[in-house]
Amino acid sequence: MTRLLRALLATMLALAAQAADYPPVVPGRALSFPADEGSHPAYRTEWWYVTGWLDAGNGKRLGFQVTFFRSRPDLDTGNPSRFAPRQLLFAHAAVSDPGVGRLLHDERSARAGFGLAEAREGATDVRIDDWSLVKSDGVFRASIPAREFGLDLAFRASQPPLLHGAKGFSQKGPEPASASHYYSLPQLQVSGEITAGGKRLPVTGSAWLDHEWSSSLMDAEAVGWDWVGINLDDGGALMLFRMRDARGGARWAGGTLRGADGTVRAFAPADVEFAPERNWRSPRSGIAYPVAWRIRVGDRVVTVRPLMEDQESDTRKSTGTIYWEGAVEAFDAADRPIGRGYLELTGYGKALRL
Amino acid sequence: MSAVPLSLPRGLLARAAVLGPLAQAPGRAALSIIAIALGVALGLAVHLINRAAVSEVSAAARSLSGHADLVVQGPADGFSEALYPTLARVPEVAAASPVIEAEARVVGTRETLPILGLDVFRAAALHPVIAAAAGPRGDALFAEDGILLSASAARALHLKAGDTFTVQAGLTRMELRVLDLLPAGAYRQRLGIMDIAAAQWKLGRLGHLQRVDLRLQPGAEREQLRARIQALLPAGVQALTPEDQDAQAASLSRAYRVNLTALSLVALFTGGFLVFATQALAAVRRRRQIALLRALGVTRRLQFLYALTEAGTLGMVGAGAGIALGIAVAAVALKTFGADLGAGYFPGVEPELALTPWEALPFFLAGVVTALAGALVPAWAAASAPPAQALKAGDEERPASPSRGWRTGLILWILAALAIPLPAVNGLPLFGYAAIACILLGAVFVAPFAARTLFARLPVIPHAGYQVATAQLRGTPAQGSLSIAAVLVSFGLMTSMAIMVVSFRASLDTWLEKVLPADLYLRTGQSGDTAFIPPEAQRLIAATPGIARAEFGRGREIFLAPDKPALALIARPMNPERAQKGLALQSAAPVPAGRTPVWVSEAAADLHGLKPGDEVAIPLEGAARPFTVAGIWRDYARQTGAVLIDRDAYVQLTGDGRANVASLWLSPGAAIGEVSAALRARLPAGTDYEIASPAEIRAVSMRIFDRTFAITHLLEAVAIVIGLFGISASFSAQVLARRGEFGMLRHLGMTPGQVGGMLALEGGILGALGVAMGLAAGFVVSLVLIHVVNRQSFHWSLDLHLPWGLLLALGLALVCASAFTAALSGRRAMGPDVLRAVREDW
Repeated sequence: MTRLLRALLATMLALAAQAADYPPVVPGRALSFPADEGSHPAYRTEWWYVTGWLDAGNGKRLGFQVTFFRSRPDLDTGNPSRFAPRQLLFAHAAVSDPGVGRLLHDERSARAGFGLAEAREGATDVRIDDWSLVKSDGVFRASIPAREFGLDLAFRASQPPLLHGAKGFSQKGPEPASASHYYSLPQLQVSGEITAGGKRLPVTGSAWLDHEWSSSLMDAEAVGWDWVGINLDDGGALMLFRMRDARGGARWAGGTLRGADGTVRAFAPADVEFAPERNWRSPRSGIAYPVAWRIRVGDRVVTVRPLMEDQESDTRKSTGTIYWEGAVEAFDAADRPIGRGYLELTGYGKALRL
Repeated sequence: MSAVPLSLPRGLLARAAVLGPLAQAPGRAALSIIAIALGVALGLAVHLINRAAVSEVSAAARSLSGHADLVVQGPADGFSEALYPTLARVPEVAAASPVIEAEARVVGTRETLPILGLDVFRAAALHPVIAAAAGPRGDALFAEDGILLSASAARALHLKAGDTFTVQAGLTRMELRVLDLLPAGAYRQRLGIMDIAAAQWKLGRLGHLQRVDLRLQPGAEREQLRARIQALLPAGVQALTPEDQDAQAASLSRAYRVNLTALSLVALFTGGFLVFATQALAAVRRRRQIALLRALGVTRRLQFLYALTEAGTLGMVGAGAGIALGIAVAAVALKTFGADLGAGYFPGVEPELALTPWEALPFFLAGVVTALAGALVPAWAAASAPPAQALKAGDEERPASPSRGWRTGLILWILAALAIPLPAVNGLPLFGYAAIACILLGAVFVAPFAARTLFARLPVIPHAGYQVATAQLRGTPAQGSLSIAAVLVSFGLMTSMAIMVVSFRASLDTWLEKVLPADLYLRTGQSGDTAFIPPEAQRLIAATPGIARAEFGRGREIFLAPDKPALALIARPMNPERAQKGLALQSAAPVPAGRTPVWVSEAAADLHGLKPGDEVAIPLEGAARPFTVAGIWRDYARQTGAVLIDRDAYVQLTGDGRANVASLWLSPGAAIGEVSAALRARLPAGTDYEIASPAEIRAVSMRIFDRTFAITHLLEAVAIVIGLFGISASFSAQVLARRGEFGMLRHLGMTPGQVGGMLALEGGILGALGVAMGLAAGFVVSLVLIHVVNRQSFHWSLDLHLPWGLLLALGLALVCASAFTAALSGRRAMGPDVLRAVREDW
């Protein structure tokens, strides 16, 4: 679903001598695989977002997040320099370990070029120096040697891509101009290693990959969003989101449910209602995040509660944003666990502009 | 005898013995204090200025490369950007930050602005300062006309955030917008930072980088990695550590700074000499007091300690004052002339003055020790005089006699002769300085012998005053030695410096004439290596009416050795005959057929160990090309060395047909002004060339030279003042000792004026001897300065030019000043009661 972007781009918009010519996201564009798994450099923003739960043995459960962003600056430069900032790449990675109690996270940023930082077209292959997310032989591999930890994970798809909205056209606001191309790969089987505290732990688990690209995501009224993606225990997948306005109300909402039998149901704004259950205030930023939710989806109610409260990501240094992104468990109306996934809360500190 | 002092309280006696003389003669005490203060102040000021300059330069160099562990540095025109990913992929490299370095002229001012082109994302790991300053707005740097300015650059250019200004980069002008100012602590030097892509494009550096700063993985072995990285680099590109960079930056000015330190040592030495002179005078004056104290039972040892305590007190007060004065002098000098005292080594750097007590301590101690050392001989002599004899008059000749004999002097001269041919130590002419010290000190030791010999041969003239004066000189040659030594040292120093500076100036003038044979010169502004005269413009220039012939030259920077600073590569039309005519060739060798000749400057030859006939590999476009040294030429313009090759050969090897400078010969009858105007009109608008006649270039060069040597004139003046001071002190001492004699002469009918005239004659004769010996010693010292110190420090040869007129006039002035000082001191010291002095011994 919708994810973060750079506050960066907003300033660049004002600075550009000549604005870039971004293609609009329009309904009816059929997504084709694996070609659309690669980069779409003409669009303003794009991301590959992998989140999931890991089992590190002895019942130790961890959450992780690996994200690569691509951003095309809003300037159409005639500069022939190979350093010209035609594409910028950013990456975040985080591990949620209840034993640590806060996120371990790290980030990378670079302008694309020289083979050091690239986002390939036609196949998933994004990298910044030694950080990479690459698909080869049908398997996605993330290699993230970070400051406090290392991730070396392989993801195998067990299901076909899940297209959101209208065949991958995902509307984000009342105007169809606010939209993205968006699909997910839920129920990815994870195997690999995590390095933390100098120890290498073999891990298994399940993950969720979002791939989304857009030129105009948020309309002028929206200040942020809440998003949740759950791998259901029965093999199904549930994605829900809402765009918030400045008063905290829902400006737009939507979602997708794929049942265990493979049937897909798309939700209209009226079908989705987010209600906060509990707030947590960050001792660092002072921002209060609703980290647990009761969400009405059609005639069902789903509750999500975090693996741990402090999963705030401060990426102000690289991307200029601070947000909450964390592992959550999902429960049904009778409070029985039904699955696990990730919750993202953006725009709570300062309005996001994408 | 011993019963008496027991009844006196010891502390009181000590106080009386130490403080009494100080209170009794505050003027003399002040004199000694001033002398010590002067020496300490000069030494400290030079040290402070040096330290400020060096730390400033290395801080500047270091801040430019941020927290880099290794810096891959290319010459001014850089290396291919393809090297950047290669370096970034070396496994032990944690971060690689590519950098464009350029210098652009700020249009409408005489200032140039160094510009760094950085990739903010890559630089963040190495330059937290930039990352923080660019902050959440780091992306703002992507604006192609945007620049961040350091606080000092903004101040110097009178700019603030949001302002626009025009710079000349290459041959085109462009308008830049000040996006923001970097925090004041970020870069102390003047500097602008642009996005690397914009810098490559706008500064004409597409495809090239000047530098890649590397941060290594923790635990990586730096020296080992440096060797491996060096192996990846093309010829002429080097992997440097920050320490190497410091050394390169500081080595540029090191010899100049050491020269200044040597001069400050001279100041301290003369300060010590002054203490000796005043203490000797004091000892004579207080001879009877001391004898009385001795008679009262003060032991010789105790008396000696009292005298040293007194000198130590003077030294401490003087050294304290000297430290305050030194700080003040350094502050004023830094503010007025900059860290290089006007020599132009550190442009754009704004040094700050700071002093810790630990740093000041050695200077303080030097002052105290100098005072003690100066007082040692007179104090010992005074303390050891037998009291009974000293209580009488007429015994004053003994204490002030520093006669050590001419043998010591001769040995010192032999040591000097042995030191002169020795090579530089670590690039510094230490043996040269030692030789100079030996020559001067030797002369001081030989002076009494020379004085005795000369006085014995003074002609007899039937004139009462003259005869009394010569008799006095003959009778007490040791008394006069002090005056002679003072004049000798001061005039010797002055002579040597004057000869050196005049030789340098004349050599520079001759050289400028030789290297500027054309009628008019055109060069590409001050924007240095960003500006070129492209081939089209060269054709346009050559075809300008009024120009008979045009020659184009290309200058760039190359590295020949990793531990040496960059040198200049000059490509211009050359052949062996022209080398004879157009270069100040010092030596030459025929170049075998088929070899490409290169002419290297003296500095390049010295620094890189080259001689005619040698093979040398010069890095061009990343490849080491073989050349043969055809000759060594004199070059005063580039202290780190220059190599000169034929332009056709250069173009053939590099394909680089651009030029930086054009030498133009005018057609007969063409006027310089008209041709300059025609050139400006023909060249495309917005381009920025400097057009100058040889006369203008020479005037500017000579002005820079004179500013550089301004400090030496100050030191010459100090030397002269100290010399006169020595004469005054010595005569005051003599006159005191000779009060009885003067009283007698007055009783015999001599007027005070005649006695004064007699003293003036004595002073004049002593002064003349000092000047003559100083001239001889100074001449020899100047040869050492020119052929050893200058050559080893700056690697350039000078032709000897003797400023006879100047030396003669100054010598004469010094003799007259000696005579006048002697008469004046005599008059002061005699006082009105000299007539009664006759009675004292009866």
